[in-house]
Amino acid sequence: MNKTLLILQREYLTRVRKKSFIVMTFLGPLLMAALMVVPVILATVQDVGKKNVAILDETGWFTGKFESTENILFSEVEGSLADNKKKVNDGLFDALLYIPLPEFNVPANAELISAKQASPTVKSLARNIIKTEIENRKLLAAGIDPQVIRESKTTVNIVSIRLDETGSETKSYDEVKIALGFISAIVVYFFIFLFGSQVMRGVIEEKTNRIIEVMVSSVKPFQLMMGKITGIALVGLTQFLLWVALTFLLYGVFTFAFDDSLQPSAVQGSLMQQSIDVTPTETQMMVSEIHDIISTINFPLILFSFAFYFLGGYLLYAALFAAIGSAVDNEADTQQFMLPVSLPLILGFVVSNFVTNNPDGPLALWLSLIPFTSPIIMMVRLPFGVPYHELILSIGLLISGFILTTWLAAKIYRTGILMYGKKITYGELWKWIRYK
Amino acid sequence: MNNIALEAEKVVKRYANHLALNEVSISVPKQSIFGLLGPNGAGKTSLIRIINQITAPDKGIVRLNGEPLNQNHSELIGYLPEERGLYKKMKVGEQALYLAQLKGVDKTEAQHRLKQWFERFEIAGWWNRKVEELSKGMQQKIQFIITVIHEPQLLIFDEPFSGFDPVNVNLLKAEILRLRNQGATILFSTHNMESVEELCDHIALINSGEKILDGTVEEIKRGYRSHTFELQLANLHDSAQAILPDGFRLLDEKTNSFGETLLRIQSQQVVEPNDVLAALLPKASIIGFKEVLPSMNDIFIKLVQQQKNSGTRSTTPHE
Repeated sequence: MNKTLLILQREYLTRVRKKSFIVMTFLGPLLMAALMVVPVILATVQDVGKKNVAILDETGWFTGKFESTENILFSEVEGSLADNKKKVNDGLFDALLYIPLPEFNVPANAELISAKQASPTVKSLARNIIKTEIENRKLLAAGIDPQVIRESKTTVNIVSIRLDETGSETKSYDEVKIALGFISAIVVYFFIFLFGSQVMRGVIEEKTNRIIEVMVSSVKPFQLMMGKITGIALVGLTQFLLWVALTFLLYGVFTFAFDDSLQPSAVQGSLMQQSIDVTPTETQMMVSEIHDIISTINFPLILFSFAFYFLGGYLLYAALFAAIGSAVDNEADTQQFMLPVSLPLILGFVVSNFVTNNPDGPLALWLSLIPFTSPIIMMVRLPFGVPYHELILSIGLLISGFILTTWLAAKIYRTGILMYGKKITYGELWKWIRYK
Repeated sequence: MNNIALEAEKVVKRYANHLALNEVSISVPKQSIFGLLGPNGAGKTSLIRIINQITAPDKGIVRLNGEPLNQNHSELIGYLPEERGLYKKMKVGEQALYLAQLKGVDKTEAQHRLKQWFERFEIAGWWNRKVEELSKGMQQKIQFIITVIHEPQLLIFDEPFSGFDPVNVNLLKAEILRLRNQGATILFSTHNMESVEELCDHIALINSGEKILDGTVEEIKRGYRSHTFELQLANLHDSAQAILPDGFRLLDEKTNSFGETLLRIQSQQVVEPNDVLAALLPKASIIGFKEVLPSMNDIFIKLVQQQKNSGTRSTTPHE
């Protein structure tokens, strides 16, 4: 059997049989599912039990204005502030809303007194009622009928439409595209870091175990490095695919099991990361919107690009991580080399936020071409649509990028793996690269 | 027919600021045991790494069976590095199989051979244990098996006896001799001179990147004769000084429990043992007579010191 293949096989098998791999494989989707499901559960079980709120209104403006809701029972009380405070302490009310006599006829402050932490729901409800009442009073004092103001309010809904080269129009759903771009960028980012550093640790392990000399007397250092890099890539791919499969499985099981207790609107709402209280018609609208969105995004292209940038970015960085691993004696010494290598990656991740605001701007364009940032930035840009020539250029550059880093890394690697007990400087690395 | 298994010709290896090997040439006859000697940092490991194609020489050429080294040769060489190491988390059997396959042995064949070796070393029960669970000596045994599992023509051992207990050192020596008798050529580096005299047919002594001595153990020892003799004499009435042949001086005088005198004498000039004996016969009754050849250890220390002091370099074994 081919030796690189043998190495790949060992790297792969020893890793996927590790307990930590199996634990991570099951823990990952559980966390993901929890992330999707917990907000829904929390939303449905929120604020049980009624709150009893007493109102001590010294102005007398708000009599009858506080309407009790499903969860909050308002009652108007008389008496001094001190007496009523005592009643709060005795547990007669959950909270006391105290509206003092206004200074200069303008009540600006009210106090919400409660034994426990005041509920934000009560607080915002009270604030809205007081605010509306005072605004109305001011409007009336100025001779304006509040009804007129209310009627003049308008809701405008803007649908953004993207005109492409062929002149056909597509509605653009920026939020969804941002989310899609972000998620794939995050996955690429973490994959590179997680499995890139595994490559580095693997190299350091071989070095500190001193097995490296036996290995390189059997195979070429390049074969060893490539076997390791590709083996670990397959580990990452396996883990990722298992996560996706298990997440869908868990999510399916969950929605099936809780179908009765959960309103479909709530599930949809959490999926869309929107508020929970959507009405049925809005839900229907959203469902049709999702269909719309799916039809506007070029999924096959995104999937292909995701697979490419996922692997291409990993290969580019993994070679560098392997070079770092070969140059040091233990993990603690990696710091000085880790920074410059991870900097472009982190930069790409940070900048991706700005890129979503202007996915066709010069910053986005350049960073999606430079191989060190393109795996992240191109994934952010893709859902917004990227001209094919830019995509092809970026792919070409990434391929030449990882050929270059692999070539450089191999030169450092073959010297570094045999060096012990020496503090390596950049000058030293440069010398290794130039060895024939 | 060429009888040389391995030949290094004027090999030069230069590192950043020192010359590790300066035109070093050695030739190792087939089916011999060749000792590569030298103090720490002399360049032994550099040479061994070049032979293993782990690094490339800056100049010079290395030939295996008359052919310049190439990638296919790695399967003909078994290498036990000075710094031993295995994958700690891997199971012993699995690891041995993996490394054997990397040396080009087919999986079933490797399994078969490993089983035999494990039985010979009485370690069959270790197959499924992780390397980290084994003691250092146990790991060394595994490593030795891994080195020879592909039945290489040339075996290279870098300090093979370091880290073994005396029982295992003997086991190892026996294995080395057995492998040689089966046809393997063995090159090993060491500074354990005792094992050199015991095992080696040829040696080369390297110091500061240069070969300063080369030849069979017998030749070298003869070359470094110090014309010292040990005498065992009965009933010596005269003083020891009185019986000394011309040009000799007394190094040591002892009496043993039988009342016999033990002398060590050395001549200033080249002298044949028979002449010494002839000169002594009329003066004393000789029970024992022996020429003392220097130990490899003495030669080693002497040469290394000499080179350090004078800076002059000789490649001929003469004083």
